Amino acid sequence: MFGEIINYFNYVMEYEYMQRAFLTSVIVGIICGAIGCFIILRGMALMGDAISHAVLPGVALSYVLGINFFFGAVVSGVLTTIGIGYISQNSRIKNDIAIGIMFTFAFSIGIIWVTLLKSSTDLYHILFGNLLVVRTSELWATFGIGVFVLVMIYLFYKELLVSSFDPTMSAAYGLPNKMIHYLLMILLTMVTVASIQTVGIVLVVAMLITPAATAYLLTDRLWIMIYLSSGFGALSSIVGLFFSNRFDLDSGATIVLTATSMFILAFIFSPKQGVLWRSIKSKSTKSLARG
Amino acid sequence: MSNAIHVEDLHVSYHGNIAVKDVSFKLDAGNLLGVIGPNGAGKSTLIKAILQLIPKDNGQIMFYDKTVKEIRKQVAYVPQRNDIDWDFPITVLETVLLGTYPKIGMFKRPKKSDKEWAYECLKEVGMEEFYKRQIGELSGGQQQRVFLARALAQKAELFFLDEPFVGVDLGSEETIINILKQLSSQGKTVTVVHHDLSKAESYFNKLLLINRELIGFGSVHEVFRPEIMEKAYKGQFAFMKEIGVSV
Ligand SMILES: Nc1ncnc2c1ncn2[C@@H]1O[C@H](COP(=O)(O)OP(=O)(O)O)[C@@H](O)[C@H]1O
Ligand SMILES: [Mg+2]
Repeated sequence: MFGEIINYFNYVMEYEYMQRAFLTSVIVGIICGAIGCFIILRGMALMGDAISHAVLPGVALSYVLGINFFFGAVVSGVLTTIGIGYISQNSRIKNDIAIGIMFTFAFSIGIIWVTLLKSSTDLYHILFGNLLVVRTSELWATFGIGVFVLVMIYLFYKELLVSSFDPTMSAAYGLPNKMIHYLLMILLTMVTVASIQTVGIVLVVAMLITPAATAYLLTDRLWIMIYLSSGFGALSSIVGLFFSNRFDLDSGATIVLTATSMFILAFIFSPKQGVLWRSIKSKSTKSLARG
Repeated sequence: MSNAIHVEDLHVSYHGNIAVKDVSFKLDAGNLLGVIGPNGAGKSTLIKAILQLIPKDNGQIMFYDKTVKEIRKQVAYVPQRNDIDWDFPITVLETVLLGTYPKIGMFKRPKKSDKEWAYECLKEVGMEEFYKRQIGELSGGQQQRVFLARALAQKAELFFLDEPFVGVDLGSEETIINILKQLSSQGKTVTVVHHDLSKAESYFNKLLLINRELIGFGSVHEVFRPEIMEKAYKGQFAFMKEIGVSV
């Protein structure tokens, strides 16, 4: 096994396309992990899934207009966010219902446009990722998005923290909660776009919430949670890529399964939240009570 | 002199259901106001609408003759306890530190002096030894004291607390009310939502009684009278007499 890991790193060093795949997926792991913390703390997992699907028509339209699909994706992501907000604020329709309606709508349009304008193969690659064809320019774009997203989190950390924890207080002292929400949605669409090649649209949500949830089980401090979550995201990418290579499996799936494995470990062994220690603790308190 | 809070003709509804109807009152600085009324009477709605955290259908609200926008940084708000996610990864000290955010400004981080101030505020409520705890690992009374410390950290002029005594032990309740009385004696204006009639008389110097409509507003001895309370609590009032709540 150890030898195989060495081989894997040699292989990555040797082939440029592997280097690009490796770096891209590590960056994606980091930024998904960081943004994901705010997604889960705000109870927006469904929204994360929705927005990632909703970028599809934007991507399709960008092909036609010949622009970078990044711009199309952000536009369709933000339009969907606005649509969801509009429906839930102006009717008795609850937020999760509005999300369900809007994102399946956008996603369906996207499926039709991509297959009409490009091909089913392209659709497949957008939906499930295709790490082995990452171009250098795309690696740089991912890097740029990564830096931008992390800088925004750094700059707005205070505002993101207080509006996630106690939105009523932040509104009471004058923070524009809505703007912060839209900022987060924009960052989310950017992260989704960056993730298209690595895990694909369908599985982005796993990269957003699984490493963050793992970190959530291990710490009581937000900033530590962000570091841990980014670390788990990056590690999932590295390990997942290894298995994808070694057994010739779809990289998106192996990356997500690696992230899930880490979650399961934390779920069982986390010192404070893990089910194992909890059951040991409750047993020992019971025996104390008996004795 | 201008009133600390001046509400005129306030109406609020949720999707067409009226929650607060035709409320007007004026409150001077330095008062400790109890907003009382039965469950679902619109107390939370009233203070949220006063602070324009939710849209109103009609009405005018001024603070010291200014609009809410102009005095936002002078407002400290303590939410109802079930509005808070107690599993959030945040410690006691970090929670109190949030109180310094309004005056720190965008892109800046709290400084050492802010942290020391937050710690001072924790001391004020007697919670300094728990500063490292995650906020979920406290009793209800301790949690409420931490949120009061956060409000103190804001160095605000206007304080709004939504049911701060729910799920709170007697010791904490006493600490909290003493601090609130102290604030009002320093000229701060404190508004407390409270649904329990017992003690309302000794806690507040002014009362606002609401059950969708404004039923009574004035000093405690003006409002805390059986015939007025009866109107707000209707059937519940006789019941409360039976179980021995003094009125
Ligand atoms: N977000 C909301 N959407 C719809 N109705 C609400 C909402 N919040 C409160 N209400 C309704 O408004 C009324 C007043 O609620 P509230 O102000 O919370 O009462 P109180 O704080 O006095 O218990 C209740 O009938 C409640 O069901
Ligand atoms: Mg209430």
